[in-house]
Amino acid sequence: MTAEQIIFLIVAAGIVGSALMVVTTRKLIHAALWLVAALFGVAILYAILQAGFLVVVQVVVYIGAIAILFIFAVMLTRRELRDQGPQVRKGWWVAGLLGVLTFAGLSFIVSQWEGFSKLAAEIPADADTLGSLATALVSPNAYVLPFEVASVLLLAALIGAVYVAVKK
Amino acid sequence: MTFWNDPINFIAKWLMDVFSGWGMGEVLAYVITAVIGIVVLILFSMGLAIFLVWVERKVVARFQDRVGPNRLGPFGLVQPFADIIKLIIKEDLTPAGADKFIYNLAPVMALGSVILLWAVLPLASNIYGTDLNVAVLYLVAAGALGTLAIIMAGWASNNKYALLGAFRMVATMISYEVPMVVTLLIPTILAGTMSIQGITQAQGGLWFFILSPLGALIFLISAIAELGRAPFDLNEAESEIIAGFHIEYSGMKFGLFYAGELLHAFTFGGFVAILFFGGWRFFGLEQYSPLIGVVAFLAKALFGYWVIMWIKYTMPRIRIDHMLAFTWKFLTPLAFVLLMVTALLHKLLAGAETWIYASSLFLANIMIGWITVEILRAVGRRQRKAEEHKFEDVHALHPAEGHH
Repeated sequence: MTAEQIIFLIVAAGIVGSALMVVTTRKLIHAALWLVAALFGVAILYAILQAGFLVVVQVVVYIGAIAILFIFAVMLTRRELRDQGPQVRKGWWVAGLLGVLTFAGLSFIVSQWEGFSKLAAEIPADADTLGSLATALVSPNAYVLPFEVASVLLLAALIGAVYVAVKK
Repeated sequence: MTFWNDPINFIAKWLMDVFSGWGMGEVLAYVITAVIGIVVLILFSMGLAIFLVWVERKVVARFQDRVGPNRLGPFGLVQPFADIIKLIIKEDLTPAGADKFIYNLAPVMALGSVILLWAVLPLASNIYGTDLNVAVLYLVAAGALGTLAIIMAGWASNNKYALLGAFRMVATMISYEVPMVVTLLIPTILAGTMSIQGITQAQGGLWFFILSPLGALIFLISAIAELGRAPFDLNEAESEIIAGFHIEYSGMKFGLFYAGELLHAFTFGGFVAILFFGGWRFFGLEQYSPLIGVVAFLAKALFGYWVIMWIKYTMPRIRIDHMLAFTWKFLTPLAFVLLMVTALLHKLLAGAETWIYASSLFLANIMIGWITVEILRAVGRRQRKAEEHKFEDVHALHPAEGHH
């Protein structure tokens, strides 16, 4: 095993462990903080893949905005920051079965992919990955349409939030 | 390669040779050298934080017409060490009902998020931690971790004042991050790169302060808000919520918050210097030795830190609704307009001569600033008229009141 694989395994175990803690811990703030740990682990995975831009965006958007808003909302709305009732519903085994089946199906599809057992091509040190990403987002041959649709969606959400919040 | 031209790489190569001489593999020797480099950088920033305690106390004393620490050592320079000894031997209290793990983690994270920033801070052309190509965004990401630390401190203390401080911090940080990110894009556009080293190199001819004085001002304001320093220190507001998020912390845990705040302020002074004042550049002198660059950078960063202190010790605290209105209704639209105008002019005048390019950008900034002031004045006048009108109505209804 190379050092990179060992780091990957440690980080992956950390992410799965934190994700489990998110759904099992009874204190809501702890759940939110475990979520931060899981999201941070994903950022480390991006770093291993040399995707520097995604690392930083992951931390800015998911930890800096979304997780902090979660914590804020929980602290504002709940008097008792503790979950009391039972932690599983009656039909929990159906959800578990569906989860296992989805995981098995996805693993099967990925294992059929030809690049599954190959090592990724080494990115040359002087490659401008950030520049290519930026060009791809605004190039009509690549992702300009999904990019613009996503921005319109976010704008709609923004206007909707203002409409809901404004006092008539 | 001599020490005078490239000190860090000179030492690193020497260390690598020593480790290889002991029979280590190349990778292991490299990793150990890198770890030593990281530790030295952290020790340097922590040592700087001790020095900054003295600077802060001396400067605030001068602003308040006092002398400041002057008993221990020359100019009171030994005073911070006495402070540290006091903080360490103080009783370490944990409030009842506190969430112990998060409570203890918060001060470490608060200081850690600041030290993270030093990874991308270039001290000279070849003295820096790493040259990230997304360093500008990294600055925002590290700030997010600092905010998280304050929320953790506020919540884990099991104290309503601490919680209020944490709430206010979130409100400040989420609102002021918007103009900050927008103004960070201005040097990015002007330099054509997000790498901080690249931005410094692009300021060989003209500092970006000349091309975008308004951008520098907006960045400074939102940086102060991000720091949570006066006039935006609502998260600790001594007169309202005692000390806010760090009310329950004592001894060295409080010390970590304090050192983190001072180092953060200095680091943002450094970022102002890098993004708008040419960083380690000093009129071409830095090419003789990077060590001159280090001195130039530290001097500019200290100046930025001094401006932040100057504002802190002369401005009263802003009320929270005013603070939010200031960013959402004023700074954010202004920053967006400035960004659009800068981007447009930068693209249109790409082929023009330097003096035309620079003077157009500078004049555009002045124009935007002037129009903003005029709009503010008109709005203020209209509000004042409305108030006077209301006052006259009251008099018309109760004419006798004026004769009491």
